[in-house]
Amino acid sequence: MTSDVKAERVGSAQRELAGLVAGLPAAPAVWASGLRKRYGKRHAVEDVSLQVARGDVVGLLGPNGAGKTSVIKMLLGLVRPDAGEVMLLGRPATDPAARARVGYLPELFRYQPWLTASEVLGLHVRLSGLDVPVGARQDCLALVGLADRAADRVGGFSKGMQQRLGLAVALVAEPELVVLDEPTSALDPLGRVDVRDIVLALKARGVAVLLNSHLIGEVERVCDRVVILDRGRVAAAGTLSELLGQRELRLHLTGLAAPARARLAAVGRVEQAGDWYTVALPADDDEAAVPDLVSDLAALGVRVHAVEPARITLEERLLGILRAGSAAPGTAQPGVQR
Amino acid sequence: MTAAVAARPAAGAGPTGTARTVLTVAALTLREASRRRVLLALAALTVLLLALSTWGFSRLAANTGNGALTTGETRLTASILLNLVMFGYSLIAALGTAFLAGPTLAGETESGIALAVLARPIRRSAFLLGKWLGLVAFGAGFVVLAGLAQCLVVRATVDYWPPQPAAALGLLAFQTTVLLTLAVLLSTAVSPMASGVVAVGLFGTTWVAGVVGGVGESLGNHSVARVGAVSRMLLPTDGLWRGAMHAFQDPSALVQFGGNGSEAFPFLSVAPLTAGYLVWAAVWVAMVGGLAAIAFARKDL
Repeated sequence: MTSDVKAERVGSAQRELAGLVAGLPAAPAVWASGLRKRYGKRHAVEDVSLQVARGDVVGLLGPNGAGKTSVIKMLLGLVRPDAGEVMLLGRPATDPAARARVGYLPELFRYQPWLTASEVLGLHVRLSGLDVPVGARQDCLALVGLADRAADRVGGFSKGMQQRLGLAVALVAEPELVVLDEPTSALDPLGRVDVRDIVLALKARGVAVLLNSHLIGEVERVCDRVVILDRGRVAAAGTLSELLGQRELRLHLTGLAAPARARLAAVGRVEQAGDWYTVALPADDDEAAVPDLVSDLAALGVRVHAVEPARITLEERLLGILRAGSAAPGTAQPGVQR
Repeated sequence: MTAAVAARPAAGAGPTGTARTVLTVAALTLREASRRRVLLALAALTVLLLALSTWGFSRLAANTGNGALTTGETRLTASILLNLVMFGYSLIAALGTAFLAGPTLAGETESGIALAVLARPIRRSAFLLGKWLGLVAFGAGFVVLAGLAQCLVVRATVDYWPPQPAAALGLLAFQTTVLLTLAVLLSTAVSPMASGVVAVGLFGTTWVAGVVGGVGESLGNHSVARVGAVSRMLLPTDGLWRGAMHAFQDPSALVQFGGNGSEAFPFLSVAPLTAGYLVWAAVWVAMVGGLAAIAFARKDL
């Protein structure tokens, strides 16, 4: 066999392998498993695992001190986990290069007050190791509404403007994953709408977003998936339809006897307020549950005045999960948020 | 998508990425010093000190001219005065860098400025090295320039030129580097204010210990003399300062002042530095710097 033929075979094998690798699905934007962190005696994070798929917008919800910011800081290598593993965009997070395409807006957003807005962006572009043209940086400032303040020192910025600058910093280095920790805490209602539009635009471009926010409505509008943290643990996680899948039915009924009450209870959890009854419908409802219930109630002599569908909001679901968690016996002490 | 991502260079992690991070952060630190008017304040102080010393040295020259002092006495006085003024500069550099290192490192981690920066694809050790390099350039640059200007003033007024000006200025710069390395280590562990106070406090303590040791040597009391020797090993600022003084002063000045007895005098130095001590000081900087890098890398932000 001549060396030319050998080389050709090796070359074709390599091409085949490269083709196979290219055909593999991209690694998730975030993959975290078994994260733990304690500060002194307090467990801030206990066994948290989560994933953010490429192009997904994932909301991180939970009460103060649930460990949301600690989890985010562990993902970004700002806090060392006591245990657990993190992969960012397919690389282990212990390698700084894993953060090359990650944008981050911290909850505590402060930027060098002696630099101008465009100098701050320039600094982050240099540190990211990418070559982002000046025009693109200007566009980034324009996107967050700071186009006319590019040459002003950050020291003179209001809190809201600094948070807008932080958003520009998170977006400037062509990120494939953006982590936003309370991105609207200092913004007015208009600014909140801007952030929502920016997140939706990122999603449209296939950029993964991990969003930590207290504003549940905001999360509900933009997120594909939600992870609810409580006392350092994942209390619930899933897509919005999985979490909110439980629908409810409100009925105005009179003349209920025991058999009719039993029929209602057979559907799901029942809450009564006067003549109004709220029944939780099963998640696997095949659209027959409501008509069947109404006809059965009528057959049992119940007078049906009104039947209204009701959908659980994310807020109600979150409160339900958190209350159920705090009612559980032997729960852990509250974690601290860092 | 995957192939495209894999083809990109591993930003920030390779040797070129690390060098870029170090230089970017060093330049940022220098820019901070200039934008925060530290540079301006130091320049104003230096000009003031230069003007005062010009007046003082010109009075000394006038006394020589009218025969009140012999040439030898003038050289001795010029040596002592030069060392005294240089001590002033090294004190300004020590205070300046120690109080700059605190805010620039501990202050940034406390305020949250470091969060966004350290979430970039950079190693914390490279970030710390960049800060250190910027501070060294600032502090060492200051003492060398101000010291050189002072030497020129002395030459113009009393016609005295130190025997080894380059070595002397180099040692002053080294002394500043030692102190700010300590300040960097402290600022990874304690608050900005505390790190500055402790660094300057230790600097002053070592200097006093050095003087005490000198008194012990001149009296022939070995246990008192050991105080200076031990403190010079623990924090090499005073040892390097004595080496710098030796390079600034006129060799005949010691003989005039009374030979080895002049060890008790804080602004004259009897012996030049040994190569071994210089190596120890370099090892000290590497050790303390390494310790700072480890502490900073393990810090939760």
